[in-house]
Amino acid sequence: MERKIRILVAKPGLDGHDRGAKVVARALRDAGFEVIYTGIRQTPEMIAEAALQEDVDVVGLSILSGAHMALVPRIMELLHERGMDDVLVVLGGIIPNEDVKALEKLGVRGVFGPGASTQEIVAFIREELNLSPAPAVAA
Amino acid sequence: MTIPLIQAMLNGNRRALARIISQVENDGPEARALLAELYPRTGQAHIVGITGAPGTGKSTLVNALAQLYRQQETPPKVGIIAVDPTSPFSGGALLGDRVRMQNMAGDRGVFIRSMATRGSLGGLARTTADVAMVLDAAGFSRILVETVGVGQAEVDIANMAHTTIVVEAPGLGDEIQAIKAGVLEIADIFAVNKADRDGVNRTVMALEMMLGSGMQVVSHHGRVMKVDTAAQTPAWRPPIVKTIALRHDGVSDLLQAIEQHRSYLWQAGQWQRREAERLRHVLLHVVQDEIMARFRRHVSEEQFQHVVAELLARRIDPYTAAEQLIDAVPQQR
Ligand SMILES: Nc1nc2c(ncn2[C@@H]2O[C@H](COP(=O)(O)OP(=O)(O)O)[C@@H](O)[C@H]2O)c(=O)[nH]1
Ligand SMILES: [Mg+2]
Repeated sequence: MERKIRILVAKPGLDGHDRGAKVVARALRDAGFEVIYTGIRQTPEMIAEAALQEDVDVVGLSILSGAHMALVPRIMELLHERGMDDVLVVLGGIIPNEDVKALEKLGVRGVFGPGASTQEIVAFIREELNLSPAPAVAA
Repeated sequence: MTIPLIQAMLNGNRRALARIISQVENDGPEARALLAELYPRTGQAHIVGITGAPGTGKSTLVNALAQLYRQQETPPKVGIIAVDPTSPFSGGALLGDRVRMQNMAGDRGVFIRSMATRGSLGGLARTTADVAMVLDAAGFSRILVETVGVGQAEVDIANMAHTTIVVEAPGLGDEIQAIKAGVLEIADIFAVNKADRDGVNRTVMALEMMLGSGMQVVSHHGRVMKVDTAAQTPAWRPPIVKTIALRHDGVSDLLQAIEQHRSYLWQAGQWQRREAERLRHVLLHVVQDEIMARFRRHVSEEQFQHVVAELLARRIDPYTAAEQLIDAVPQQR
């Protein structure tokens, strides 16, 4: 059996609903991952702390408010402070190309637009974590 | 020699603590050595189980309780373990209890860990007691364990906690029927949450009725104890506490009830007995798991399939077959 992969799904910033984040969280669960879902209105501190306490392999952020350039650098900094540079950070939202480049420089490895399918996201995570491409089978 | 990861944890490194928990949860290569070294440091924590049907407000209550503990004059460090079910289809899990536990991110005296049941059928994961041990060794003197709340959750948590809180809420239908059979035997405290809703008093009354007025016989941790009128120590009568977890209402009463139960266990000489019972269950679980693991190591799937074929052909019966398979497992590991 392969090691259980743990993923934090969080929605930083002040924008209200989390339908998209929930859809992704469910898709990740259905792909065999353990998803720690923390919901909306997360501060960077809350996210970094949750990532640390839950010892996650992946942090998935959903930001639709446009505040990604304010939030993500701070989150990366707090993860770094906690010695968590090895954690895979992926981001979903409406992110302009030039911002994508800047975020990737900060260590964000996957940026997904609103059109991305959940399968794409799952496949990306599996590949980044060097997991076999086939989804985990029920035990 | 101290394992470096443990040294780091004891120095207050929270990442090390999180890593040790993962090792233990995954039964990783270092898990045994870690637990062996940590075990002598355990036995300090008061483990409080919180069980009850999904949606009754367990996570919200845990959040309110933890915050209140942290506001005390000499605040204890609070560890939280929140268990949610693993999907039997995908093996994945959606762990959502943290949604209700938001305000403690800046508090170093609180550590929250979500756990998936990973195939365990009860309300806890197989390694939940081990994770509690790690938190205990790390100096968390109150450990709140939120169960899944379905299946045999009550029995599981009562076996691992010092104090078990059963959470009920009004509006789950017929009161008496809604209150699960078995909770009376294991509850040390009842919390009737959502006291802002209609029907609270009916739920409280239903509980009172079920608990009986005279309390001639008190059930405690699955064991019916006759109240010995001659004994100096009165039996514990599970209090019923009304709470509105969302507004932190009644939560101080609940905390007080927990602390009273703790004093009761100590004063009545029950703490050691309770500990022995707890550890007995821990040991029993480990023995079962170890025996199964040894069996799996020595009996190949092929061998197993072969015996199944023999059963299918009615050439052997299940009991004789099992005996033969078990006899083939060597005594040494
Ligand atoms: N009206 C009311 N709702 C509550 C109260 N406590 C919790 N809730 C709500 O009940 C729902 C379930 O709460 P949660 O803590 O997740 O329950 P759990 O499944 O038992 O952990 C959430 O929407 C809470 O906001 C309360 O005291 N009153
Ligand atoms: Mg819950």
